[in-house]
Amino acid sequence: MPAPPRAAAASLGGQPAARPHGTEWTIAAILVAAGLAAPVLVVLSSLLSPRGEIWRHLWRTQLAELLLNTLALLAGVAGGTLLVGTVLAWLVVHYRFPGRDLFEWALILPLAVPAYVIGFAFLGLFEFAGPVQTALRRLFGPGVRLPELRSWGGVVLMMTLVFYPYVYLLARAAFREQGSAAVETARSLGRSPTRAFLEVTLPLARPSLAAGVALAMMEALADFGTVATFGYRTLTEGVYRVWYGMFDRIAASQLAAVLLLFSAALLWLERASRGRRRFVQRPRHGPEAAPVTLRGVRALAAFAACGGVLGLAFALPVGQLVVWAAQAVRAGRVTPTFPALLANTLALASVAALAACAVAVTLAYALRLHPAPATRAASRLASLGYALPGAVIAVGVLIPLAALDRSLVPLLERLLGRPLGLLFTGSAVGLVYAYLVRFMAVSLQTVEASLTRIPPSLDDAARALGVSARGALRRVHLPLLRGGLATALVLVFVETMKEMPATLLLRPFGLNTLAIEVWEHTSEAMWQEAAVPALAIVVAGLGPVLLVMRWSRLPVSRGEDP
Amino acid sequence: MRMSTNRTTRGAIAGAAVLLCGLASAAVANEVVVYSARSHYGQEPAIEAFTKKTGIQVKSHGGNSSELFDRLRAEGDKTPADVLITVDAGNLWSAAQAGLLARIDAPEIQANVPANLRDPDGRWVALTMRARTIMYNTRKVKPEELSTYEALADPKWKNRICLRTSGYIYNQSFLATMIKRQGEPRVETVVRGWAANNPSLINGDTKILESIAAGQCDVGITNTYYLARILAKDAAFPVAPFFANQQTTGTHVNISGAGITAHARNRANAVKLLEFLTSPEAQQMFADSNFEYPANPQAAVNPILARWGKFKQDDINVAAAGELQAAATRLADRAGYK
Repeated sequence: MPAPPRAAAASLGGQPAARPHGTEWTIAAILVAAGLAAPVLVVLSSLLSPRGEIWRHLWRTQLAELLLNTLALLAGVAGGTLLVGTVLAWLVVHYRFPGRDLFEWALILPLAVPAYVIGFAFLGLFEFAGPVQTALRRLFGPGVRLPELRSWGGVVLMMTLVFYPYVYLLARAAFREQGSAAVETARSLGRSPTRAFLEVTLPLARPSLAAGVALAMMEALADFGTVATFGYRTLTEGVYRVWYGMFDRIAASQLAAVLLLFSAALLWLERASRGRRRFVQRPRHGPEAAPVTLRGVRALAAFAACGGVLGLAFALPVGQLVVWAAQAVRAGRVTPTFPALLANTLALASVAALAACAVAVTLAYALRLHPAPATRAASRLASLGYALPGAVIAVGVLIPLAALDRSLVPLLERLLGRPLGLLFTGSAVGLVYAYLVRFMAVSLQTVEASLTRIPPSLDDAARALGVSARGALRRVHLPLLRGGLATALVLVFVETMKEMPATLLLRPFGLNTLAIEVWEHTSEAMWQEAAVPALAIVVAGLGPVLLVMRWSRLPVSRGEDP
Repeated sequence: MRMSTNRTTRGAIAGAAVLLCGLASAAVANEVVVYSARSHYGQEPAIEAFTKKTGIQVKSHGGNSSELFDRLRAEGDKTPADVLITVDAGNLWSAAQAGLLARIDAPEIQANVPANLRDPDGRWVALTMRARTIMYNTRKVKPEELSTYEALADPKWKNRICLRTSGYIYNQSFLATMIKRQGEPRVETVVRGWAANNPSLINGDTKILESIAAGQCDVGITNTYYLARILAKDAAFPVAPFFANQQTTGTHVNISGAGITAHARNRANAVKLLEFLTSPEAQQMFADSNFEYPANPQAAVNPILARWGKFKQDDINVAAAGELQAAATRLADRAGYK
């Protein structure tokens, strides 16, 4: 799930004038941001404790492969999502063809499917012993083989299918925004439609496309479930394997630090692409480009392109999940603890969503009261986690929590005179903390965007009536923020439900979630058993996708308020 | 998009309360607390029989091995657990190494289980045994073509093998016992040979067996109970086990087993439970629930396993699986076996 189009939140207009009181808000914001950035520092600091022996072993045997595989994956996903997202956006914006109105919004649906879910659905369908290849062998003889899906190409295909909507959404917005003026000019100068697209439309949309591709790459970098199931070794998968296979936490966090460098590069790419727009493009002056109605073969080709992608990315995997889930239910192979799993997942996601929103409101409000560089930096810092793979955050969270358990708990126990057990690592505290770090950006952007649309005159009026900053927040802003808050809640809720690597590394004993259940079955190649929890995650993910669709109907420059 | 904030908040707080409550249970006279990594839907019939027989209540907490291990280590002397039941000898060895298990001073338990299937220092015992051996497609491979694990490195098996990844715990233990027997250089040569034969790496023993049946590969290496599970549903399934290394070291076996925790509060009950679970009557139930071989040779073997006949097992102490697990992981990395 993307944060809502980031451009919306980037411009913070309409600040009320700064006031001397409200410094406590600034301090709170800086403290919160520091807390959210701490795991990153912990991971980085692991680089200071060299672990010669394991590190040398990794260097000699795997590190080169992990780096190359990670780079190859990012390159593949960048190319794939750019191609699919741009072409589909171009089709639905500039042409009329059968099904276009449906495709325009339905092409966002694959966002609801976690990559690891589409991954195992495809494996089950297309593996050698699976239904498709078995049927092919019956038809064409035993020698027929499809290319191996457990490969670079397979992983890139899976991720392209579920991450292209990031590019599609931003590209569609950019093409609409452009309107017709530029293309018309190019056409009047004798350029063919294709040349006009390549020479005018694409360069103008470049910042949006780059931002979409950067988001897709961040998701790909953070993925653990898909690459592990496909046996494609990446840095993220390496962190987990070193952590659990060699029981070496230091080496794992050093790998995590390498992963961090990749994230930093992607973050820079995303910022750079959004930050310095090379072309002045005011929001659509002049009419929207009149769509061309396609006929015959061309209409069919456009329909096939959209329908094919949607079928592969959504209908086929979800259909397969439904079939497997039905089989599992009939055979009585649904885990009897399923209701508990569902309850755990919902409770955990609710807590994470509420906490994220509370923190987001604190940060956003502090920034409104005091748009000082320090507060601005705090909000940036707090958003960092979105670009970080869950595995990195988990490592950064676990190490300090374990230290707290070792040092603080005995002290507290002596004070209270009763055993507390593992206050930090034995509870969901660490997990919720990790979710906060990872998804703060999602809630912060939504809340900031909504807050920006409340006129500063309201703040001034409240102040004139002698209401404190906190009172104004409670009585003026929060009621007006309801829509934005609900959106932020839902987005974080679903992201949390889908999150796998951090959950795997941090979950306290006995706490299982839907994502963990999916993992435990897919890691044993038990597709049917994995289908029931996977389907539950997909269904929950459809809500926010519908939200995204609603924003995407609105002019992008205005931000979103469902 | 409106939601009743109040109700959501209340629900979240309730959920948080449930989540943040640790396991705090004081020792009660007649119970025993078990941490078990034997993955199962539902209950172990043998454990139900124990309660029926003795009146001692068994409280089970499930989880995977590394989780239970982390949990025990973290709980230290505050652990509510009396008994740890886990799969793979390497896991039991690690738990003992970390000081999580106490010596079991009960001659009856020692007598129930052969020496190679328990800790030389008496901190854990096997409850069930499983062989990890060569599985072949009965339509494409004659048993005469098969001999040893090592022989699968022969180029004639190129593109015909299905294996799990080297990171899989049962493969780590398998390689570890090989290293114990033959030393690293020889094993590395063998593993290099396997890797050179371009095996299809498939994660899931059941999936490997299905792939052998479908013809993706002709042979593979899996645990025996996976095949027995399939055969119980489909007797015509065209895959059979070949017990490897019968002329040399014997077929590699692994275990699921149990130990009594170092800080058990119900030690006497824990001993009673293990005495019962290793007795012939419980052994049959325990092994049958998952088509495994009983650890106690006195107990009857499931008919499906009986049909495969008796085999010579590698009688090296399974503790080797733990001692050399890390070495095995690195050896696989060096040999290019993913």
